[in-house]
Amino acid sequence: MAKATFEVPELSQYLDVPPVTPQTMAHSKPFVAKPEFQAPLGFPGELMDDWQEKALDKMGELLGKYRSLRVYLDSCVKCGSCTDKCHYYLGTKDPKNMPVGRQDLMRKVYRRYFTLAGKLFPKLVGAEDFTKDVLDDWYSYFHQCSQCRRCSVFCPYGIDTAEISMAAREIMDSIGVGQKYCNEIISKVYTIGNNLGLPGPALKDTLEGLEEDVYDDTGVAVRYPLDEVGADILLVTPSADFFAEPHVDGLIGYGKVFHEAGVTWTLSSHASEAANFGMFIGSYDNMRRVAQRIREAAIELKVKRIVFGECGHAWRVAYSFLNTLVGPWDFLDPRYPVPQHICEFTYNLIQEGKLTFDKGENDDKVLTYHDSCNVARASRMGDTPGGQFEIPRAIIRATCNHFFDMDEDTIRDRTFCCGGGGGLLTDDLMELRVKGAKPRVEALNNVMLEKGVTHMAAICAICKSQFTKVLPYYGMEMDQIVSLHQLVSNAIVLTPALDDEDDEEEAEEAA
Amino acid sequence: MSFLTTVYAYLYYFAALVLLAGVTFKVVQYARTPAPLKIPTTPAPTTRAGVVLRMTREVVLFESLFRGNKWTWIFGWIFHFGLFLVTLRHLRYFMEPVWLPIELVQPFGVYGGMAMVVGLAGLWARRFFVDRVRYISSPSDHLILALLIVIGCTGLLMKFVFHTDVVAVKSFFIGLYSFDPQPLPGDPLLLLHLFLVAALMIIFPYSKLLHAPGLFFSPSRNQVDNPREQRHIAPWAKRLEQ
Repeated sequence: MAKATFEVPELSQYLDVPPVTPQTMAHSKPFVAKPEFQAPLGFPGELMDDWQEKALDKMGELLGKYRSLRVYLDSCVKCGSCTDKCHYYLGTKDPKNMPVGRQDLMRKVYRRYFTLAGKLFPKLVGAEDFTKDVLDDWYSYFHQCSQCRRCSVFCPYGIDTAEISMAAREIMDSIGVGQKYCNEIISKVYTIGNNLGLPGPALKDTLEGLEEDVYDDTGVAVRYPLDEVGADILLVTPSADFFAEPHVDGLIGYGKVFHEAGVTWTLSSHASEAANFGMFIGSYDNMRRVAQRIREAAIELKVKRIVFGECGHAWRVAYSFLNTLVGPWDFLDPRYPVPQHICEFTYNLIQEGKLTFDKGENDDKVLTYHDSCNVARASRMGDTPGGQFEIPRAIIRATCNHFFDMDEDTIRDRTFCCGGGGGLLTDDLMELRVKGAKPRVEALNNVMLEKGVTHMAAICAICKSQFTKVLPYYGMEMDQIVSLHQLVSNAIVLTPALDDEDDEEEAEEAA
Repeated sequence: MSFLTTVYAYLYYFAALVLLAGVTFKVVQYARTPAPLKIPTTPAPTTRAGVVLRMTREVVLFESLFRGNKWTWIFGWIFHFGLFLVTLRHLRYFMEPVWLPIELVQPFGVYGGMAMVVGLAGLWARRFFVDRVRYISSPSDHLILALLIVIGCTGLLMKFVFHTDVVAVKSFFIGLYSFDPQPLPGDPLLLLHLFLVAALMIIFPYSKLLHAPGLFFSPSRNQVDNPREQRHIAPWAKRLEQ
């Protein structure tokens, strides 16, 4: 597999910054959303006749609604600090993939129509008319940004290209130029309830299958409940967890952790998706509508707590925005943060000494950990800044004997994106995804050569899907990427329940 | 009053007005624009005091730039710190009597002037020698650097080579307060220096120099990381709930 129609970058030992090579990725653009997927999101079906006027109106509206956009468009001094930070620039050499290069696609239009200098002296300040060519560039390059925020870490003013990409996508959506992958998925969430379009009965079937598998493996009856009213915890997790490896191994792990914690929990067929692609297209309205389902499910199922499964941007939306979008959550148990991450949940149990692990179960692996960008740079876990870095690592150390971090410049808040985030995890952008993964794969390759690392754990469904697909392009195996709770699942020692009596002996032996 | 003195008096009234009104307008605009979502770049402080500390490190030490690019940081920091000392030194032209701290800073202000020019030269060189920075530079980026360097050099020349009558310069500026400007010396170097400073003041609110107030309004830097504890909702978003 993985026959490429483009040149796969060669890995090197040190991060080398390529020379600026304009237009190498001008051809890369995702499929355009058809009218039937635009309408449910409230966007026009196709490019309007008076698109320029409408787009500028929208831009004016967003400038008045988002302080980030206005301040970021004004403040850039072109210092260059961000120029070598984007994984897409490093992998493609295209200067419009330098964060400042990407921002300038919008900044030049902003300057032309919204600033005095750009109105009077456009050439001097790099202002340009909003022509169809500029719009085409927007469509190409604002869909070559995974909104990972690595640039914002290194910018002296914290300018976050993700904010500008989101605004650009919202402007394009508002004139009828939507991206198929994102908008089709949001439509699916509205009609069926999740990104993959799995209906309730399919979920039920999958979960029953998991219960059987886990019982066969361990002799312990671990439950994977759906729509159980009155459960303590509502688990919201990306639909990938119901569907494919390595994701489903993570879901198996969550169930085992809940089992050991002795709590009741449930999934919801109404909120059977943690991901919120409303964020990727910068649409507050759609993000709010998607989030609303979680509130409805929590009320309907009368739960006391909400826990999120492994997903990067879903956790960002959950941690940073859920309270804002669809709060307040005063009907839940105030002793727990709303929402919690499954890693926080597991980590707390480990701290309390409530989980027993047989680390030897993971001895076939030497692990490293991939900090997913939305978790690392846009959210937190636990009570202290940086908990999102320490808690997952603590869980890996508790469940595995062999763990090595990748190079310090490529982890924690300096982590490199997998290359597939921000609504780019689509086959029509495969070249971009493979090239964008280069800096991450390079760091992985180094730690494989130096430390004998065999597997990389991640806590993001997009990262897991992306690596499964792109690692083979670099001569690696797709199953080298694993879910963090897959490691927990392998190592956890389960306590048999009362009705497991028949198999008690077997289970004890296993323990 | 000579023609030159009149022209420069009006020029400085105009420049001060543009700078003050323009920056005030932008600051008010930034402050009034809602930040509807919590978007601090994490790991971010969880308390207001932590945010003040983070911003202080950004303003004084350029922490993020330090992590981003050492060369730009060195030149950028040298320039800004030099400019800071120079500004302090120049305050003596605008006050009577001169405060003690301003008197004490005088000799350092001269080194500040040199540092400023060195820093600017380094930053400008990067615009030619680093292909990525060359790619993103527009004519205005070069012009602002040129403007600042010429201001720095004319200042240093007046200090070390062609001295000007600083007592007269001071009485000119003090006179501006009471709309009674005193004669300005006719040195070409001084006139050029003052003209360019006025130009800098005038372009300030219309250029990338807005990064100075902008930094304080950057949500990725100035927000407290507490979205689970406190609901953070903008007025326009609140309206969606009804």
